[in-house]
Amino acid sequence: MSSYAAEIPRFSAGRAWRVYSTEAKYELLKTLRQPAYVIPTLTFPLLFYVMFGVAFGGRQAIGPVSLATYLLATYSTVGVMGASLFGFGAGVAMERGYGWLQVKRASPMPPLAYLVGKTFMSIIFSAIIVTSLLILGTLFGGVHISIIAFLKLLGTMIVGAIPFCALGLAIGCYAAPNAAPAVVNVLFLPMSFCSGLWLPLQLLPKFLQHAAPYLPAYHLGQLGLKQVGFGEAGGSLPHVAALAGFTVVFLLLALRGFSRDDVKVNA
Amino acid sequence: MQSNESTVASLAGVTKKYTKITALRDVSLNVRAGELLAVLGPNGAGKTTAVRLLLGLTKPGSGLATVFGHDPRNASARGRIGAMLQVAKVPETLKIKEHINLFRSYYANPLSLQSTLEAAGLEGMENRLFGALSGGQKQRVLFALAICGNPDLLFLDEPTVGLDISTRHLIWQQIRRLIQQGRTVVLTTHYLEEVDALADRVVVLNHGVIVAEGTSAEIKARTAQRKIRCSTRLRPSEIELIPEVSSVSEQESRTEIRTSQVEPVLRELFIRDPNLSALEVSNSTLEEAFLKIVETGNHENPQEVTA
Repeated sequence: MSSYAAEIPRFSAGRAWRVYSTEAKYELLKTLRQPAYVIPTLTFPLLFYVMFGVAFGGRQAIGPVSLATYLLATYSTVGVMGASLFGFGAGVAMERGYGWLQVKRASPMPPLAYLVGKTFMSIIFSAIIVTSLLILGTLFGGVHISIIAFLKLLGTMIVGAIPFCALGLAIGCYAAPNAAPAVVNVLFLPMSFCSGLWLPLQLLPKFLQHAAPYLPAYHLGQLGLKQVGFGEAGGSLPHVAALAGFTVVFLLLALRGFSRDDVKVNA
Repeated sequence: MQSNESTVASLAGVTKKYTKITALRDVSLNVRAGELLAVLGPNGAGKTTAVRLLLGLTKPGSGLATVFGHDPRNASARGRIGAMLQVAKVPETLKIKEHINLFRSYYANPLSLQSTLEAAGLEGMENRLFGALSGGQKQRVLFALAICGNPDLLFLDEPTVGLDISTRHLIWQQIRRLIQQGRTVVLTTHYLEEVDALADRVVVLNHGVIVAEGTSAEIKARTAQRKIRCSTRLRPSEIELIPEVSSVSEQESRTEIRTSQVEPVLRELFIRDPNLSALEVSNSTLEEAFLKIVETGNHENPQEVTA
């Protein structure tokens, strides 16, 4: 038997790169051809930004910045959440529930490639949304931020997609394929509202202002706001730490849900 | 556990329980290099569980699963393995060639796209989206994904269930070709016909226990019973004297005779009772064949079945 052991092909760095990039490419291609994902994910934050950030009173000041600038950061967060939660939540629930994930797991695909592919897809969508919001805000909402500030906002949102990918993954590991989009909506809309992403937190009731720090969306929203000049007291570190903590919790939940599958299948 | 140089995959004393049922109970089986092993059994017998264990999709409750001497849950141990599993829905917005190219990227020395398409009978269709395919074509794509990595060991979990005849024969033909090339194939099925057409060796599972094991001819001899029903004045004890008869029973007003050789039995019956009437000859169903094997298994290995 040991003679066979020696023949197991190893993944070289070049081959690993090929596997990961191919997985990411086809994940993106597969998703781009699904209007049910693409259209709501892209138009939802853009449409609401046009309504609230551009059409009505976008130039009024809120703290040191205009409302249009404030909402640029918070709708970016909304867009990132939507792309990640729906991409992972609905995507993983479908592929797991209908047995496709099992086909991939039976292949020599490194399990991480599956997650990297989906994360890449979420990040591309996030980047498209943030960039589109900036263009809308600059052209029609009187937003003036430096290229540096924009790149910092973009970078924050790209990295900030990861906790929501993890949350989506956790949902995808528990929810039935048909139920997943509803579960995502139930979490997504209240969480983004209560985190001060639709309306500035200052305009929300006191108890919501106190509850917000318990939501991951609040922390990404605050980090986004810092990049556009809406600085709150305190540094970025507590928000980054909170997001990292949420990511770990979501990944552990996902892992637990995933191993539960072993019991469920075929029973 | 008997294992030797030629064992490419094995289950050794594997028990696998799900929450409510025991899917496999102390099952040991060796897959030998270059053979086509069929795992035959009715629905719920534990066939899919055995394959899932060998693919590392689930871990044994007790006992050991190995492929090429490794734990199959290690992704790189699956580098020489291909698998065709039962799947309810495949992503529909990728083209056939994209699905195949993605799976090819997982393997170190895959087949070319073209030879994969040819082997699966998908030439000229590579640019079609998966969602636009017929049921048989979809199954061919799943077969293509299983072989595109040029695997030495191939698992096919009920590959032809519900397929049109042409796709079934295409898959059979490709399986034979793979065996000729020296590959090893593990096939689960509940079609006796499929086992007959393809397999070197058969393991029969029922209720999570191996109830029979042997060459396909041996298993066939044990299951290829036919049934004669008729009205006759002959008593069962008289009919049992005919050498080819394996069992006789009386059901309502009719006599039921089981045999593997219908013609000589019929000849004898008519000689002894020229007035024999309401004659009916049928193949025993697979269900009956399994029952028979299970019964025999009981006699051979009582402790294994009742454990």
